[in-house]
Amino acid sequence: MNPDRRTLLKLAGGAGLASLTPLLPAWAQSGSAGIAPTLPTLSGADIALTVGHTPFSVGGRNGHAVTVNGTLPAPLLRLREGQTARLSVANTLDEDTSIHWHGILLPFQMDGVPGVSFPGIRPRETFVYEFPVRQAGTYWYHSHSGLQEAMGHFGPIIIDPTAPDPVAYDREHVLILSDWSFLHPHEILRRLKASPGYFNRQRTTVAGLLSGDDRMSAEERRMWAGMRMDPRDILDVSASTYTYLINGHGPSENWTGLFRPGERVRLRIINAAAMTIFNFRIPGLPMTVVQADGENVRPVETDEFQISVAETYDVIVQPTEDRAFTIVAEAMDRSGMGRATLAPRLGMTADVPPLREVPNLTMRDMGMDMGSMAGMTGMDHGGMDHGGGMNMRDPALAPPNMAVGVGVQSISPMAENRLSERPTGLENVDHRVLVYTDLVALNPNRDTRPPSRTMQIHLTGNMERFMWGFDGRRFSELVEPIRFAPNERVRVTLVNDTMMSHPIHLHGHFFELVNGHPGNQPLKHTVNVAPGGRVSFDLTADNPGDWAFHCHLLMHMHAGMFNVVTIRPLDEAAS
Amino acid sequence: MKVFVTALTPILLTIAPAAAQDHSAHTQTSPTQTTPAEDAVPHAGHDMQMPSESSSPAAAGDGPASAADLYFDPIVMARAREQLRIENGEVITHAVIVDRLEATSSDGVEGYAWDVQAWYGGDINRLWWKSEGEGAFDGDVEHAELQFLYSRAVTPYFNLQGGVRQTSRPAGDRTDLVLGIQGLAPYWFEVDGDVFVSNEGELTARAQAEYDLRLTQRLILQPRGEVSLSAQDIPEFAIGSGVTNVLVGARLRYEITRSFAPYVGVEWSGAVGDTRNFIQSNGDDPNTTRVVLGVRALF
Repeated sequence: MNPDRRTLLKLAGGAGLASLTPLLPAWAQSGSAGIAPTLPTLSGADIALTVGHTPFSVGGRNGHAVTVNGTLPAPLLRLREGQTARLSVANTLDEDTSIHWHGILLPFQMDGVPGVSFPGIRPRETFVYEFPVRQAGTYWYHSHSGLQEAMGHFGPIIIDPTAPDPVAYDREHVLILSDWSFLHPHEILRRLKASPGYFNRQRTTVAGLLSGDDRMSAEERRMWAGMRMDPRDILDVSASTYTYLINGHGPSENWTGLFRPGERVRLRIINAAAMTIFNFRIPGLPMTVVQADGENVRPVETDEFQISVAETYDVIVQPTEDRAFTIVAEAMDRSGMGRATLAPRLGMTADVPPLREVPNLTMRDMGMDMGSMAGMTGMDHGGMDHGGGMNMRDPALAPPNMAVGVGVQSISPMAENRLSERPTGLENVDHRVLVYTDLVALNPNRDTRPPSRTMQIHLTGNMERFMWGFDGRRFSELVEPIRFAPNERVRVTLVNDTMMSHPIHLHGHFFELVNGHPGNQPLKHTVNVAPGGRVSFDLTADNPGDWAFHCHLLMHMHAGMFNVVTIRPLDEAAS
Repeated sequence: MKVFVTALTPILLTIAPAAAQDHSAHTQTSPTQTTPAEDAVPHAGHDMQMPSESSSPAAAGDGPASAADLYFDPIVMARAREQLRIENGEVITHAVIVDRLEATSSDGVEGYAWDVQAWYGGDINRLWWKSEGEGAFDGDVEHAELQFLYSRAVTPYFNLQGGVRQTSRPAGDRTDLVLGIQGLAPYWFEVDGDVFVSNEGELTARAQAEYDLRLTQRLILQPRGEVSLSAQDIPEFAIGSGVTNVLVGARLRYEITRSFAPYVGVEWSGAVGDTRNFIQSNGDDPNTTRVVLGVRALF
């Protein structure tokens, strides 16, 4: 059966989804046959977008969303490499709004960050973005004003290449992952400031100790407690308030994308969540990763990968059986999951696997070497929280430009390169897991110069006060920008002094992840820095102007983990 | 039991990484040992070819401070930059913490007690308001106090607080200057210690600590202790110099939500030293045991 679009709409109505239909763009409607030219995506030279308030329902509850063109997620923008994009954005809200084109290389004044690239879009005003499209791949767009992104103001972008696509596929689907709460994001942040563990319902307990379910000894607990650190602090906001959405559908709405057995299906997966890092898998279906952050990589087959906030991955799956497959986007803290289905026909479902056990953080997530810890634990537990090399907040380990104040709870004594390690919670799963060292750029890197200098930036925080920053400072403290000269080649090392993962995003550029593949280092716009770990990237600062640089966990950014990158002097022609 | 746990811990800790490496053998995960050294920074001394960590070239400081000023009205941009600054770190917010709001029963006397705090402000500077007190349902408020404090975060876990306290008792009122420390001690103890100087020149102090023992995710046992001290006798309040009062209690709460948790508990309070003598000479019982029933709330 090959349902045409009319059949699909009928099916959608018949399945009782009629009430949802107006709030979802066609590509995101359940039963989508995939992205095809017949579906109403927004493309062409002139695209009109309107930001406004829209009611949103999921799981039988009604809430209030901030949307683009009245849908959550926002319309799919389908552009073509080489065209000029002209996007007029009208603001019908009573507050400022903006759209940032995430991962897109463009002139800085079109990047859409109020206070960095432009003033923002005032209520009842329209701003026209115009820029040449210089790249291809899967990207996305979202508000950079306040916390609107957390309320639904995000959508996918696909840019078709001018050259033949090296990735062959018969059908494609976009899967945009997000986290929805009926609490206003400002209220979520307020509760985190008042009580940092507010949303965590998976902490260690006496019951878990006695039953063994916590998988942690009394002695280990004592050690964590002595440090005032929570080994279950995996994500700040959990399923206790979030419903995880795939294409705007909750798990019970079960978004379904169609395929015909034997087809090569391209899935363009975007993590547009505000605060949720997902572990993504399709039980029974191996995935071949072909693109990361919009840039092609050498195909690599895997069974599961972690997608941090704001990253994108394109994978090819080739289901041959006439059966349904469950798409699982499990929150990294295992408190809940987004669920969708790939099926030959609408209405077919597959088993939904149960949530797996909550991961426990380890000393390695505090930037402390595991081997020597084991020895130390055996000999002298007291040494852990005060004493010598194991001091978890030794200002001597901080670079001279770092402010070691109230906002710095810990400084990783031995932050390691963890790019070859499996991400949090996937260390011991019984199948293949993608790691960052598996990513190899398909095309050779264009800039082969060695870096002319290095730079270190510490990711710092105090989880007890929910303070976050770079080098110990919140952006609000009037920090110095990070300065580059045009075309400067710099190796930037991010050192994670905290026990949380931070997806760090640089606007207007790709950086090359230094992951052991010189000459073919993968290009990324966002990189997840593992707890207590370090990540280096090589940057060619080839886009003069001012650019936002921040943690893409929205509440971390809002709490101060943000800075501006300036590239000077500006091109004379631009001014 | 302790011996068993101590023996087990190093084993657990060594098993974990070994298990991770086992798996890496049959997946794409490269073994940790082959971690590329490319990220070596000069002072780590791994990579001789890497240039030094130096500041940006002088040219990088050229041009306008804000590039967008070339395209948009600089006054409008300046406003947007200030908004950006506020939206990325300057979170001004508030919380109301009803730690205890309870009915008490002691030797047939039914009463009530409360301990409420609220704050408003940013990460470092806050206005803090605290109130606690108790009374009998068929009598007067025995003791009620209200504090207005300025609170400043001075370490990652502790706030320094100073301000005034107004205390009402049937025997009279007092106004104190307050200087205190409030925060989170190792092992997750919430502590609060204050020194008070009254308008009569009396010096007193109080320290309290509480701990949340999570039995399950929602059932939480909270032991709580409090010690009061005085530098001098204050006969009108039956307070003697030295340690004046010790209080210990435990409350078992059930968190229906994080914001609302009813509890039951028991609390023992005993007067000490000269205070004890004062109370006994008044013909009162220096020790009290109370059963409490209340609710903890967070707004």
